[in-house]
Amino acid sequence: MRVGLFITCLGDSLFPETGRATVEVLERLGHTVVFPAGQTCCGQMHANSGYEGEALPLVRGFVERFGGEDLDAIVAPSGSCVAMVRHHYPRLAAEAGDAALAADVGALAPRVFELCEFLADELGATDIGAYYPHRVVYHPSCHGLRMLGLGEAPLRLLRGVGGIELRELEEAESCCGFGGTFAVKNVDVSAAMLADKVRAVLDSGAEVCTATDSSCLMHIGGALRRGRTGVRTVHIAEILAAEEAR
Amino acid sequence: MTPSGGFPVAAREAVADSQLRANLRGATHAIRDKRAAAVAEVADWQELREAGRLIKERAMRHLDRHLEALEAAVVAAGGQVHWAGDAAAANRIVGDLVAATGSTEVVKVKSLATDEIGLNEALAARGIDALETDLAELINQLAGDTSSHILVPAIHRNRAEIRELFLRELPDPGELDETPGALAEAARRYLRERFLRAEVAVSGANFGVAETGTVGVVESEGNGRMCTTLPRTLITVMGIEKVLPRLTDLEVMLQLLPRSATAERMNPYTSLWTGVTPGDGPQEFHLVLLDAGRTNALRDEVGRQALHCIRCSACLNVCPVYERTGGHAYGSVYPGPIGAILTPQLADLDQGATLPWASSLCGACYEVCPVKIDIPTVLVHLRGKVIRREAGGGGAEDAAERLSMKAAAAAFATPRRYRLAQRVVLPVLRLLTGVPGLARIVPGPLAAWTSVRELPEPPRETFSDWWRGRS
Ligand code: SF4
Repeated sequence: MRVGLFITCLGDSLFPETGRATVEVLERLGHTVVFPAGQTCCGQMHANSGYEGEALPLVRGFVERFGGEDLDAIVAPSGSCVAMVRHHYPRLAAEAGDAALAADVGALAPRVFELCEFLADELGATDIGAYYPHRVVYHPSCHGLRMLGLGEAPLRLLRGVGGIELRELEEAESCCGFGGTFAVKNVDVSAAMLADKVRAVLDSGAEVCTATDSSCLMHIGGALRRGRTGVRTVHIAEILAAEEAR
Repeated sequence: MTPSGGFPVAAREAVADSQLRANLRGATHAIRDKRAAAVAEVADWQELREAGRLIKERAMRHLDRHLEALEAAVVAAGGQVHWAGDAAAANRIVGDLVAATGSTEVVKVKSLATDEIGLNEALAARGIDALETDLAELINQLAGDTSSHILVPAIHRNRAEIRELFLRELPDPGELDETPGALAEAARRYLRERFLRAEVAVSGANFGVAETGTVGVVESEGNGRMCTTLPRTLITVMGIEKVLPRLTDLEVMLQLLPRSATAERMNPYTSLWTGVTPGDGPQEFHLVLLDAGRTNALRDEVGRQALHCIRCSACLNVCPVYERTGGHAYGSVYPGPIGAILTPQLADLDQGATLPWASSLCGACYEVCPVKIDIPTVLVHLRGKVIRREAGGGGAEDAAERLSMKAAAAAFATPRRYRLAQRVVLPVLRLLTGVPGLARIVPGPLAAWTSVRELPEPPRETFSDWWRGRS
């Protein structure tokens, strides 16, 4: 398959190791990774913050850059950016009254996948040859969980990883409190939610907390480091890309 | 009020109150788990939700017709119908109706609509004493407190606090311990006497059926049944969005509501009445139809689904924000996720301007809502409305946000500008993370972020740079 990599602005700028791991996993499975040039941001922050007018050109940009390539699928290591494209792009295009854009979005959006759902649900892969000998706990990020319905897909993949010791996360489906600008606009509530999540992560006894979204991990990881807990956050793509040292 | 005032400030105080947080956490988690179990028993729950959504959507589409049908049916059954455009009109109508009976006291069934319009205060101003008969509403009334949950109005209080309140406020509390039984008994003794002498009752309505003129109230304590059957005169204040086209619609609603609200299979007390029945129950029935911003909300194609709400409170119980702040922080009769989308639409947008941001958009509310109100989408839609309205206005913080949002949009607009922005922003971030404590003194979002979290350390090269070097 020709798979287009949708890196996301956060992944490109701050977490390139996650993007490299995504490429590694896809290529290991024999797919051709295409990285459409000129991609920037999907517009989620703007759309979710009430700046729909500012988000619209970014919707157009995404459609131009990815629609212009011959791709079987588009994959991103981020549940919330994929949810933006699949759920909000159609609404934004419709609200803008742009029928051509709506048609383009309609053709493109169903082929956009979060990495784990692509691997586990679309390809039906569970064992992708990963080896990661660590105690790991998985936090299901909200947009992947509820908007994409990822369900057990990430956990199925993690269970297939060699050497891994998966721990239970208490109240796993509770939001970590990131929520984009919520993290700073309602910092006190966000911090209270974060504190509970951090406590659950520590109680699990894991040494690594993983998730499908760098944004949530940036938030949880930021608190884990502030608390000098010694627990790290690692994106799930990096765990799936990890191999036994040869 | 600006998007940076209101809720965040009220929430800060609430979050700092550890007793409140413990009370809320215990209560919301208990009902959350029970609801999930009650819902899991129903094999076709998702279809039932869809049916509920469609019934409400259809009712709203022809609201005018259904309301006129309801009026005709109520009048034909011997009741009277009054139309109230706003809170003041509704209060005036109810006040006049009570005054005409010569009574100076009324008993009340728990009703959000009457709380919304401030009916008790309006009646008090005319020398009419309105007694709340729902246990939790009574607790709040005795304490001079307001509701913090649409179904469990005193969820913010624990039993010890309630016992103390009763000992202080009830005329004859007797020996009182902290058990629910003893507390309920004390309230029951106090209320019973008032029920028996009341001439007038005021209620809200969970629904009004256009086809038959049947009005209904569902409750758990039986106080509502007393209010709607004992007094001579019954006055019901109903939001116009509560109309249902057909009696058979209740089949769906009465399955959705109890499981979502109290995790019960069937509602304990469901009182339905159609006009008046000579010699049985109230001999005078008045239905006050309340608009108060509802037709205004109906005009908004995305926002109008907030009017589908059946007030089950499931969204409050699963909300991670509500769980930490409680209801008072929302500054409205309608707290939690539903309040965050209803208040700004019913009241002036300005009054609830910070509420659409009182959410991390986690979507837990949408997942449980029995009539499938897409609360996260409405929240985002209302954020847009507030932002567009405030364009140019708001405080300095809003102006700064607007500026940075526009700058970010400009940077993302072309690949070249995007790369340029990375070259400017990433080194700054590197500097900020390189000097301990530096980011915490930079005002604005950076200080907020770093008050509880470290910033991520920027990488040596972006993914794009790496990719370019690879091929
Ligand atoms: S919005 Fe939905 S979940 Fe919330 S109270 Fe209304 S009906 Fe219940």
